[in-house]
Amino acid sequence: MIAQDLKEFKKFTPKTLPREEPLVSGHRACQGCGEVLALRLVAKAIGSPMIAVSATGCMEIISSPFPQTAWAVPWLHVAFENAAAVASGVEAGLKILMEKKRIPEKSINVVAFAGDGGTADIGLQALSGAMERGHNFVYVCLDNEAYMNTGIQRSSSTPFGAMTTTSPAGKLIPGQTTWKKNMPAIMAAHNIPYVATASPAFYLDLMNKAKKASMIKGPAYLHVYASCPTGWRHGSDLAIEVSRKVVETNIFPLYEIEEGRYTVRKNNNPKPVEEYFKQQRRFAHLTPDMIKVIQDRVDRDYQRLLQMEALTNPGAVKKEEPKEEAGG
Amino acid sequence: MARRVGMEVSIAISEAVKLANVDVISAYPITPQTHIVEHLSEFVNDGELQSAFIPVESEHSALSAAVGSAAVGARTFTATSSQGLALMHEIMYVASSLRLPLVMSVVNRALSAPINIWNDLSDIMAERDSGWVQLFAINGQEAFDLTLQAFKIAEDPRVLLPVAVNLDGFILSHVIEPIELLEQQEVDQFLTPFQPVLRLDPDKPVSLGAFGSPDVFIEVKKQIEEALIGSQKVVTEVWKDFGRLFGRNYKPVESYKTKDAETLLITMGSISETAMTAVDVLREKGQKVGLIHIRLWRPFPFKEFLQAIKGAKVLAVLDRALVPGGVGGPVGLEVKSALYAKDERPYVAEFVAGLGGRDLTVEIFIEVVDKAERYAQKQKDFQYELIGVREK
Repeated sequence: MIAQDLKEFKKFTPKTLPREEPLVSGHRACQGCGEVLALRLVAKAIGSPMIAVSATGCMEIISSPFPQTAWAVPWLHVAFENAAAVASGVEAGLKILMEKKRIPEKSINVVAFAGDGGTADIGLQALSGAMERGHNFVYVCLDNEAYMNTGIQRSSSTPFGAMTTTSPAGKLIPGQTTWKKNMPAIMAAHNIPYVATASPAFYLDLMNKAKKASMIKGPAYLHVYASCPTGWRHGSDLAIEVSRKVVETNIFPLYEIEEGRYTVRKNNNPKPVEEYFKQQRRFAHLTPDMIKVIQDRVDRDYQRLLQMEALTNPGAVKKEEPKEEAGG
Repeated sequence: MARRVGMEVSIAISEAVKLANVDVISAYPITPQTHIVEHLSEFVNDGELQSAFIPVESEHSALSAAVGSAAVGARTFTATSSQGLALMHEIMYVASSLRLPLVMSVVNRALSAPINIWNDLSDIMAERDSGWVQLFAINGQEAFDLTLQAFKIAEDPRVLLPVAVNLDGFILSHVIEPIELLEQQEVDQFLTPFQPVLRLDPDKPVSLGAFGSPDVFIEVKKQIEEALIGSQKVVTEVWKDFGRLFGRNYKPVESYKTKDAETLLITMGSISETAMTAVDVLREKGQKVGLIHIRLWRPFPFKEFLQAIKGAKVLAVLDRALVPGGVGGPVGLEVKSALYAKDERPYVAEFVAGLGGRDLTVEIFIEVVDKAERYAQKQKDFQYELIGVREK
């Protein structure tokens, strides 16, 4: 099924990047925002004809202050928790209007996006429903690991130990006490054709995954790491570096799940997690003991991912990607 | 020509939705609304209606998906009741503010707690200010007719607002009534395919649902208010058109035996038919009693209402929802507000009854008229009276 959908799929190279910018400049994102960069790349990779559906959140407010808009493609925002439900209606509406010959028959990419709060917390039910019903659209979670738009409150996607305004590094309790919810696994459990993780530091990988997601018929889920200089307390020049280190430490491994088959981008000699933590003040309070606990968990989760790959995709390549590919 | 058949009112509504050749139905089950969407999904699965049926996972998503499909230009229908409508609350305001012409059957049922599946109007009254056109059906025929008319009203470029067609849960939704159905070619004369003014189209991109700062927010709200008030003209036109084609005429406010009436009952929904029987009984006894039935609740037809009550000395308003801590029920509030600025105004006695499906009998309407007349004589100063409360 996927193989058929992807017959025409060609990987992007730096020379074949599309010129189209569905999300144009002039928006109001913070300096050095990793999220808007990731969204721009996803939109660019998918391209026209497309309809974008946005949840309430940073990306919605920075791109649509009436009477201005940063969207060169049709864009719809309804509320916080329902981007997936709204996209269901957009997709079903387009399909039936084409069937009834009321609008011209053509393939229109429907893309819904939300932050981690809009995906893993308040929007999880609507997302689960839409994925289970099999609507043909791409859902993108732009994960900046807390409620940034409302002022850096913890979500179920906030990593263990991180300081937010509702999981402060207190004298008694040192930041977030729970582990990040595994959204890609939850989506994979819906048996949808395509699930992938991506980071804007690996921009070709991100764009290729977005393109594949849009070409595959049926629901696709992209979980995109989205650094937030404002909320994570790191320099506004570090968004890409942080987005690279999170992958190099195996805290956020890059992988695809195609019709249940896992393919993991190998990183068999990961950097210690501390390398990632030390550039972000949200982790400044972590003790060596806490770092050890996190390191153990990261190692275990990565091994588990490899085991899933071995189980579902025994032919997967065991060695690491060439450095250029990784950098690109 | 029209067929007159005995059928459950919910089924008649789904027939109307089918005749409207709706493009998308997005719905979640809740009693007593379920029969409408069950029957629609049968039409779709039997190939009798070419429509997308989205069996969403909640009412919140039902209305959200409906907003999405209306935004691409699809004629869209949903239905709900009670808790389901409450769950839609957030999106009710968005649907009207985005100017999307959806149609929804609201099969009125009490809001929890205690959880109760029976009829009153507490569900829709909590959505009173959501910016939707709100109509109330008196019987099955009207539920069928209003549903068809709702699409034409909503989609008129002068309106572009969602429309809620209210019908009483069980009392109306689950009874079998003689219904005069229309043929497809008749409906097609009345209702042409939806031509959206704006839709999400990659060839003509628009941003819909933008962020509105204090600089623009009031202006947007003002436009919605003007469209809602202006919709009454379109509603009246649509009713004229419908009456001309099919011979059934509708008005925002109906009057029953109001000529020379000194006391008027004010009601909404299917209870108006019971109230008419009470008027007949009282008229036979020689009492000068009539009835005002409000069909168009939003926008409220102030002019027609004030015209209809002219000459009456006492108004007995019967509400089926409470405004806790306020002055009575929502209809009573509206009536009292409409009268305040008038020099000559009748005495208004406000009653709340029938909550959570408690029977509203002819005797209760007679009791209400008697009380209203007695209170008027004494000029009794009171906010409202809850009818039928057992003290022990």
